[in-house]
This record gives sequence, structure tokens and C-alpha cells, in this order.
Amino acid sequence: MTGKLNLDPTVIAGARELARRAGEPVTELARTHTTVSVERAVLRLAGLDGADEDGMPWVNRLADAVRATTGLEHGVALPVWDAMLTGGYPDLRTLAVDAAAGLVKFRLPAGHEGDAASQAAFRSVKKGISRIDAQRAERDRMIAATSNPPMPWIYLIVATGDIYEDIPQAQAAAREGADIIAVIRSTGQSLLDYVPEGATREGYAGTYATQENFRLMRAALDDVSTELGRYVRLTNYASGLCMPEIASLAGLERLDMMLNDCMYGIIFRDINPVRTFIDQRFSRQVHARAGIVINTGEDNYLTTADAVDAAHTVVVSQLLNEYFGREAGLADAQLGLGHAFEINPEVPDSFLLELAHAQLIRELFPDAPLKYMPPTKHMTGNVFAGYLLDAFFNLCGVMTDQSILLIGMMTEGIHTPFLSDRDLALENVRYVRRAAARLGQEFRPEPDGFVAQRARQVLGESVDLLRTIGSQGLLTAIAEGTFGVTKRPADGGRGLDGVVQRAEGYFNPASDLLEVTQ
Amino acid sequence: MSLTGMVRPYGDTTGDGRVQLSFTLPVPFGDETERARAEGAALQLAAKMGLDPAMVVHAKGMGPDFTFFIVYGRVSHLVDLSAVTVTEREFPVLPAAEVNLRIRSALGRKLVVVGACIGTDAHTVGIDAILNVKGHAGEKGLEYYREIRVVNMGSQVGVADLVARAAAEHADAVLVSQVVTQRDAHLSNTREMSAAFHAGFGLQRPLLVVGGPRFDPSAAHDLGVDKIFGRGTTPSEVASYLVHALAGEGEAA
Repeated sequence: MTGKLNLDPTVIAGARELARRAGEPVTELARTHTTVSVERAVLRLAGLDGADEDGMPWVNRLADAVRATTGLEHGVALPVWDAMLTGGYPDLRTLAVDAAAGLVKFRLPAGHEGDAASQAAFRSVKKGISRIDAQRAERDRMIAATSNPPMPWIYLIVATGDIYEDIPQAQAAAREGADIIAVIRSTGQSLLDYVPEGATREGYAGTYATQENFRLMRAALDDVSTELGRYVRLTNYASGLCMPEIASLAGLERLDMMLNDCMYGIIFRDINPVRTFIDQRFSRQVHARAGIVINTGEDNYLTTADAVDAAHTVVVSQLLNEYFGREAGLADAQLGLGHAFEINPEVPDSFLLELAHAQLIRELFPDAPLKYMPPTKHMTGNVFAGYLLDAFFNLCGVMTDQSILLIGMMTEGIHTPFLSDRDLALENVRYVRRAAARLGQEFRPEPDGFVAQRARQVLGESVDLLRTIGSQGLLTAIAEGTFGVTKRPADGGRGLDGVVQRAEGYFNPASDLLEVTQ
Repeated sequence: MSLTGMVRPYGDTTGDGRVQLSFTLPVPFGDETERARAEGAALQLAAKMGLDPAMVVHAKGMGPDFTFFIVYGRVSHLVDLSAVTVTEREFPVLPAAEVNLRIRSALGRKLVVVGACIGTDAHTVGIDAILNVKGHAGEKGLEYYREIRVVNMGSQVGVADLVARAAAEHADAVLVSQVVTQRDAHLSNTREMSAAFHAGFGLQRPLLVVGGPRFDPSAAHDLGVDKIFGRGTTPSEVASYLVHALAGEGEAA
């Protein structure tokens, strides 16, 4: 450990222990409940795709039909595969069509029939998990055949709403130096309780996350990776009401990174806290298996709260994200913990404060591929000042050895980036990397100077807050507005009606397969 | 300097008319011939925009098909200040204590505000900046005002839900924020919202206020709302407007 801040290892260990204690009751909730989206993910892993003529996916139609008859307390798997066997159905799609028409009488099979159903379900879901394993191996093969770019990886966003416009933009961005392409989702998607189907050509401020859009974009980036001799990673967003399903589709189509925060949906999208914690656990188990790096959303806290006052809430959320991530089976190298350069530039020593926060997080999570987000809140429309602020962001990122740099646009908050905005942004980061890539090695803050003291202060405040959360419970802390200044009670928000307590004998072949991997 | 006279852009000398602009043309910037043609194309655009003389100070190829330009030039246009129209704010901005006092004396109860982002718009930054205690630009949000009761419905609220909630809460005012403007969603959403309130409440409808960075503040009547706030609006401006519109003022505005 080559610490620069003289952090006390016992304080750090204590903080991790407090995060574990705060998180454990919530994990227990996830182990004893399921959700409609978890059950639909089981059906997706078993290969059920497509949608009815209204665009409603067959997984929704089938899960709804099961829920209406046997309920979901025992999971969809037993009733569904029992109906497959007893009805002699050739595939899940045919069953789903009949079920949607009310032609299937679901029941909970017992004895030999129960065993037969569970074995059939296990075999079907295993095919999906095997495909995820094969995609993970294919990623390794592609990286070996091309190359793995050095960190910090340059992360650029495309967001046209039309997958066929996104593709050439993403390829152009890769050729200009992007290591990671993120396809921003349509702004409405996180609150849809289904995953849209097929290639989509319109969205609001982004492009819908669909299995086919994932496949098309990954294929296009494979082409450009081969052309450039450098593996270009693809990112999308799991957060929302369909985390388990989108995570499954991402694994099946070899996405490389997914935005997946343990609390983002709760705080910023008003999704029910219990629903979110159950869904995030399953989705992270899938990510763990798929070798997908998650990106957490702590940068968002700093856009609603003050970046100096709320610095410790970022650290607390990162420690919780780390606990929940590890518990779900993610390796440290899969924990792309997020933070941001959002301190008001009018504040004296703002750059020193940013350095302190960024270096603190680097030292707290030495093996995590930290994701550093550029300024947005203090981008005023003065594009010239904004370009300078972005350069300072890039410098801080380089100095503190951040792993993933989301490249800031000087026109942030004005419009979706012009071609020239992106080109200028890349010129900015290329200059900083060329000029100062090794500055991190030379940078040693005074042992008891401003930077080191500020870092220790933020760590101390984080421990205090974790202690408070531990004593009142995480769900109460969220209800009282601890994160992001928004109050989110455990019985409020969207999606609570999709939460079901597991009954004795609950069976989920996907969960069984995924738990084993730990 | 006269506020009614004629002016020109100022570079470093009065009346020099100097401006800068940057843009991209879908032309290649490869070999010498292509470069000369690209710069010529940029100068032609500048001339058509009224820059004479114009100078391309920077040109850079972006990929095989595009070139980025920075151009400086002199415009001959005159700006007639007497023909500039501005919407003056029709109400004074009051301190929080004064807002509370006026609500108390005029209404004798709390003023109820229901806020939401409607349609598919999930960007609650704007509405939260106005409503949350935390506020915006150093000012506390409406939740901070003792005499204002705030119901923040959050993002992606359906118009029917908003109307129902406004009725249930006996809202005096409804605040709607719209950030996303793709395909003019902010305008169609606002029209849908105002139509629903006009239909549901008639003359007894709550005050309808919308805000967002891309609204034209003078379009309130056209959109069927009472007030539009644009970029940079602070909570105290909104609070003062609500008092002006709902809790009367000592004198005619």
C-alpha cells in the first residue's frame, strides 16, 4: 500500500465493518423475497424473448399469467415448466401465447411432478447461463486478439435515440480515442416495468436498452475493435424497474459495463427501496458471472447536494455499494465505484478539495476501477470557462490515478454534444495525459497538509454517518433523506406491488446457479 | 452610452464590429486541395452570414468527412437598441419572511404547491432545485418557507395523476418542470397538462407554472399556463411570483 494520505487502516476497516452491518439486513430481505423482474429474468435466461402485437414482452405476459393463478411466492419456474411438461409445449413462446390467452391452467407441482418440473427448468436456464459464460470467454478472446487499452479508459456517451444513428457515432468516437462507449438510455425507460423489444429508432434523450440494440452495438464495436487493434468496451444502464432482466440481457449480449447502483433508483427515480435492493442483488449476481464491470452512481449525489458538504455521503454510498457488490459475488476489479468533480469553482482551494476527495477514494478502494465524472453542475454556458474546468477535471483524474474518465463536454447542459464538442473534449484529455500522465507518481501531498487533513476529515465524517445509519437501519436512513437530500420511505415509490415474499419451497434455478459461483 | 442608439459588436475598438464563431462543415480536410476548399467553404458561409472581412483562424479535420472551423470577422450590421424588447418582471422579489407574512395575512393558511416533472421527463434537477429545502444558487427552496406546503411528486408523473393530486391537496399552485425537449416534448406535455387542468377545474383551477431551460417565457398564454420560468430561475423568484399572483399585494402591480 503506497498511501499518500496517512489514512489509519483501523479506521478504514471499521468503516467497512459498519457498511457490512448496515447492509446485512437488506441482503436478508433480498434473500427472502423475489420480484416480478427477477422472475422474468429467469424466463429470459431460459430463452423466452419477443413480444405480443402491443409490444408487451412474452416474459411479462407469462409471468403475469402465473402470478394470477398460483402466485409468485414459489417462483415462476415450477408452474411454468410443469405446464410445459404436462401440456406438451414445444417451447416457452408457445406456452406464453396460450397463457396470455387464458388457456393454461398453472399449478404448483409436487412430488415426482415437482422434481420433473424443477429439472426441466434447471436445464433450460442453464443454457442461458452457459451462453453468458461463453460470452465472457469471447470477451477474453477478443481482448487477447486486439489489445486492452491502458487506464485511464476514456468513456464517451452517444445518445441519439436511434440505434442506427448511434452506431456510426460510436464507431467514430472509438476511432477518435474512446475506450468505452456508453449508450444513454431513453429517459423514460427506468420506470417501465418491461424491457422493450427489437431495434429501436426513437427515444427521448437516449436510446432504449433492448436485447437487439445491445447485440447490434456490440457487433459494431467488435468490428471497430478489430480495425483499431484495441478492445472497445460497451456500457449500458441496468438501473430501474427491470434491473435483473437488463443485467441478464447484457450478459447474454456481451456488454462490458453496466450502470448498477444499489440506491440510485430509489433516490433519483423514486423506485421502491425494497424492490430496488432485491433487484440489484440478482442483477449483480448476473454481472458477477458475466464478468461485467458495474458503474455506481455516487456522482448523482453531488448534483443535488453540495459537493463539499456531501463529500462523505459519496464515500458512505461507495462502501455500501462495495459491500452489496462483494456479497453478490463481484470481484473488486468489477466495482467501478463512481464519484465526480462537482465542487463550486468559486470556492477557495476547490481544486485541492477535489484532489483530496479523489485521492481518498483511490486509497480506500485500491483495486476498484474507479469511475470519475466531469463537472456538470457548475458548467454555466460559458463554454470557454467550461473547457478550462474540464481540463482541471482531467488533471485531477490523472494525478489521482482514476481508472475510467467520463469525458466532459464544454457544452454540458446546453445541448447533446456536437461532433466538434466531442473532438475538442478528446483534444483536452489527450493534452493532459501527454503533459502530466506521470504527475501522479511525483505528487506527494504534505503529510499533515490541507489535502491529507481534508481526506481524513471526510473519512471521519463517513464513519460517523455509517454509525448513524447502522443504529437506525439503512431503510430508515433512506426514508429520512440521508442520501441526495430526498426522502424515500420503504413503503413508497414505484414497483412495490412487484415484490413478493418467498414461500417455503421457493425455487429459482437461476439464483441456484448464480449463488453457487460464489 | 445611449440605450436607444445604434451599436455594433465591440472587439477592441468602438464600432469595429468584430465577432467570433465556430462551426463544422461536412467537408474533408485531407490534402492541400481539400484544405483550401474547406477554408473557402467556411469563408463563403461567413460571408453569407454577414462577416466581411472574415478570417479562418483555425481549421481541423475531424475524421475523414468533417472539418471544424473557428472564424473571426467584422459584421456590418447595426443593433438598434430602441427596437429591443424585454419582458420586465411584473413582481418584486421578496425575502422569505415577507413571503410568509403576505401568505399569512392574505390567505390565513398555508399556500399549497404541488410540483412534478410530467411526461417521460426524469430530470428532477429543476423542480428539486426550486422545491427542496436545499434549494439552488444559495437560496433555500420552497420547502423552507414556513407558510408554503410542498408536495413534490417527483419525475415521470402522469397528467391525470397530477390533476388528481392537485385536487386532493387543494393546491393553490401547480409547478411543472420540463427539461427534455426532444421533438418539442416540453411544449406538447405542457399543453396536455394545461388542457387537463382547464377541463378538470374550470375557473377554479390552481395557478399553473412551468419551468425549464428551453421554454420561451413569453409563451405562457399560448401554452395555457399562467407563468413560465426559464434558465437560472431561483426559488425566491418563484415564491415571490406565487405571492404576487395568489396572495395579492398592497398595491396594483
